[in-house]
Amino acid sequence: MPKLIKDGALIDDSWRLIEKETSLEEIKPSSDNKLLVPITVWLENKEVLSQHKDNIGIWFDSDESPTLLEEDANSFPVIALNFPVFRDGRAFSYAAILRQQLNYTGDMRAIGDVQKDQASYMLSCGFSSFLVPENSNAEVLLTGFEDFSENYQSTVTKPAPIFRRRS
Amino acid sequence: MYIYDDYDHQMLEERITQYRDQTHRYLAGDLSDEQFLPLRLQNGLYIQRLAPMLRVAVPYGLLSSTQLRKLASITRDYDKGYAHLSTRQNIQYNWPELEQTPDLLAELAEVSMHAIQTSGNCIRNTTTDQFAGSAPNEIEDSRPWCVIIRQWSTFHPEFAYLPRKFKIAVCGTEIDQAATQLHDIGLYLQKNEKGEVGFKVLVGGGLGRTPVIGKVIYEFLPWQHLLTYLDAIMRVYNLEGRRDNKYKARIKILVKALGVDVFREKVEAQWQFGKDSQATLTEAEVNRCKSFFTSPEYESLQDEDEAVTTASNSDLLFNNWLDRNVSAHKQSGYSIVTICLKGTGAAPGDITDRQMEFVADLAERYSQSELRITHEQNLTLAEVRIKDLYEIYKACKTESLATPYLGLLNDLVCCPGGDFCSLANAKSIPIAEAIQRRFDDFDRLNEIGDITLNMSGCMNACGHHHVGNIGIIGVDKKGAEFYQVALGGDAGREAKLAKILGPSFSQEEIPDVIEKIIQIYLDERQSDEKFIDAFYRLGIDLFKERVYAEAD
Ligand code: SF4
Repeated sequence: MPKLIKDGALIDDSWRLIEKETSLEEIKPSSDNKLLVPITVWLENKEVLSQHKDNIGIWFDSDESPTLLEEDANSFPVIALNFPVFRDGRAFSYAAILRQQLNYTGDMRAIGDVQKDQASYMLSCGFSSFLVPENSNAEVLLTGFEDFSENYQSTVTKPAPIFRRRS
Repeated sequence: MYIYDDYDHQMLEERITQYRDQTHRYLAGDLSDEQFLPLRLQNGLYIQRLAPMLRVAVPYGLLSSTQLRKLASITRDYDKGYAHLSTRQNIQYNWPELEQTPDLLAELAEVSMHAIQTSGNCIRNTTTDQFAGSAPNEIEDSRPWCVIIRQWSTFHPEFAYLPRKFKIAVCGTEIDQAATQLHDIGLYLQKNEKGEVGFKVLVGGGLGRTPVIGKVIYEFLPWQHLLTYLDAIMRVYNLEGRRDNKYKARIKILVKALGVDVFREKVEAQWQFGKDSQATLTEAEVNRCKSFFTSPEYESLQDEDEAVTTASNSDLLFNNWLDRNVSAHKQSGYSIVTICLKGTGAAPGDITDRQMEFVADLAERYSQSELRITHEQNLTLAEVRIKDLYEIYKACKTESLATPYLGLLNDLVCCPGGDFCSLANAKSIPIAEAIQRRFDDFDRLNEIGDITLNMSGCMNACGHHHVGNIGIIGVDKKGAEFYQVALGGDAGREAKLAKILGPSFSQEEIPDVIEKIIQIYLDERQSDEKFIDAFYRLGIDLFKERVYAEAD
């Protein structure tokens, strides 16, 4: 089973990630099957999938904006943003948009090329769980979240920048 | 100057620990080249033709004597005894060992310095006019604002993996020496009728393959909103800038593709969410940052100093230096001195460990222990008493640092080029030297007067050739090194891009070509018309005709 980092701990991931361009028949949504579906699949099959909403999460690729969900965002327990490669930084901004503009309060997950060296930035942008990539060392990844203890600027997790906290 | 507090020190320490671990993992084979690349770049480390190159951040070009002494000792201990001043007011080491870079960075941290975000696709070091805080008729001192931007941009979690590098310049002086309009974001400090401070915001300027002058996106942004507005610009760029082609990835391409009005609307839409948030600047923070840049207690002195006048009457070389290298100061009895690092035979911008220590001492003795790197690759002492000028001149002379060429043809700007840089099409340093040798005579240079010559070894334009009155760029012609010449560039408040003169020249031809261009100007100029003004009056065709005619 894939591994997930959440709240600083390594756990089993119970969500099945559905590839892009998968048809509804292949997905077989049901109440005992937690699915992370691509946004395109969701938009095309909203009616059917809505019946299993507690077990449906959405994932976005780095060129897809979570604003496509509009006010629906908060009805999903999980929303995942993909890093196709670690140096594609779009998901950092989409994460901030999801938290700050769509006021998403559920579990926001980083998936794809999730590496230790970007982990603390992901955390600051509001990600709350991290899918450990295959062939990657989860223990090493776990140590990346504490690289920095502060942020100069206003971030999703610490909206007050240092200058408002300096005595 | 800005003094690090506990937060700054702590974050710097954490960064070094992080980078030490990254280097360690890379050397152990746990990080691939591809993974390590952006990490080392964001710590200033390039792998160059001959060795790694480390670029040290000098925030807005400002250094203390203590810092410069440390840089000098690093030059000795980790490098070959000299360093290079870049056109972005930073310092570069050409020969450090990769394994040693974490230690080198730890030494820098001892004097509150680092190499953070000096490279890579992130927000780079913010630059400004080297005369900030000392220039006459200044609108507003840019340095506190540079500090504010530096903090905001350092380790910004959202903008560390942008489509491409990102450069910001701030200017509050009457004459813009920061090439503000040629930055991804250019900020001109302004005051409205009520005396309130704000920024004229330009976006999408830049050099490189596609040179563009920035466009105004906001006429008067009140200072409180500076950071939230910058966040909004960055977010639009991060999301919409092209990532499929590195040559089309700069913000200038996005602004061009969308048009500045559509781009502005997108920024406004993002800004709505951040405006008036906690990222809004407070008066307390601005005052805190300003408190680091108060003027020294000036003595009440006159501009006229008898001893200096007497010396300048008897010492012709000193007189030349006074004319060229000393600029007016806002305070009477004071002046701004620029040490020109363009002595013939030395690579432009190169400085030895010994010279660094000498300049550090000079600054300590005569200029509040501070100095500034200029983007023309020189060093400025900004708080000098006029009565000390002769002493300073004589001291500089003993170290061969009294070249009186500031702002003249031989004060040319030049990137490291093919001798060091792996991206180069052609060498630049030997060409610079050939030109300097050809014109190495003060009277002749002085007769030609104010002129800028900029040279880059390839279209990446690190030597800013697009904005030189004369621009030279190395091109590859079937494997041979050739040089294209362009005329009419200007980096100031009236920024202009140079136009290409015509087919390229060989290395040997360049000094003759420059000489012809200068001769045309001298033949045609009216009274004390500057080169750039004469060029625009005469037009490029005349230059084209005469330069190529004789070559036939
Ligand atoms: S302009 Fe080209 S040759 Fe010169 S330093 Fe930049 S990349 Fe290297």
